[in-house]
Amino acid sequence: MKVLLWLILGLFFALLVYAESDLPNPADPAGPTRIHITPEYIEGAAEDTHTPNLVTAVLADYRSYDTLGETVVILTAGLAVILILPRGAGRG
Amino acid sequence: MRGQFENTIVSGVTRLGVPFIQIFALYVIIHGHYAPGGGFQGGVILAASMMLLRLSLGEEEEHRRFSPTAALVLACIGSLVYGVAGLVPLLLGGEFLNYARLPIPGIDGPQLRFLGILIVEIGVGMVVWGTLVTLFDYLAGSES
Repeated sequence: MKVLLWLILGLFFALLVYAESDLPNPADPAGPTRIHITPEYIEGAAEDTHTPNLVTAVLADYRSYDTLGETVVILTAGLAVILILPRGAGRG
Repeated sequence: MRGQFENTIVSGVTRLGVPFIQIFALYVIIHGHYAPGGGFQGGVILAASMMLLRLSLGEEEEHRRFSPTAALVLACIGSLVYGVAGLVPLLLGGEFLNYARLPIPGIDGPQLRFLGILIVEIGVGMVVWGTLVTLFDYLAGSES
């Protein structure tokens, strides 16, 4: 059973290495991750949202859906702690 | 009532410092458009000031001012603020979370999106603030 486990893990590792060799260079300024929609955000954020801080403009406007998910994750984590732990569990 | 330390220096410095910490937290949330900061960071600073109060001045007094239930309700209201800011534009014919469709008279376009970002950041700050205070109360609080 152990041998099978390591075999599957090795296969997945080989698959990962094979897939990674085909990815575009992330440091390439003309790569697909740099020319698709990033320039629009960088050039348009100040005009579109009147927000000089590009990080805030992307986080709370262009990628607002993602931030909504993050917020709900934090709330859910807090609710899970309330459900699982009795109050004062960390003391003593 | 004194806290668990019974120490004038600890409680005095806390009473003196906490207002400044909380003002700074509000500044971090409001100023997120222009500088590093925003709802997450400001909410964490607000929660830290509450934890400091609870540790140094004692839980009974602080629970009377800001109870664990209030913290939880605050977190849920913050999440609701974010969700409503997303749903209202959807109901008015725009896309989900398209702040330019928020029904606020007098301003439009980019300025409305600016305001939408602020509303959302305040919601995030409330969620982080409430959740962290709740976590503190349940992990480190007394059993009452």
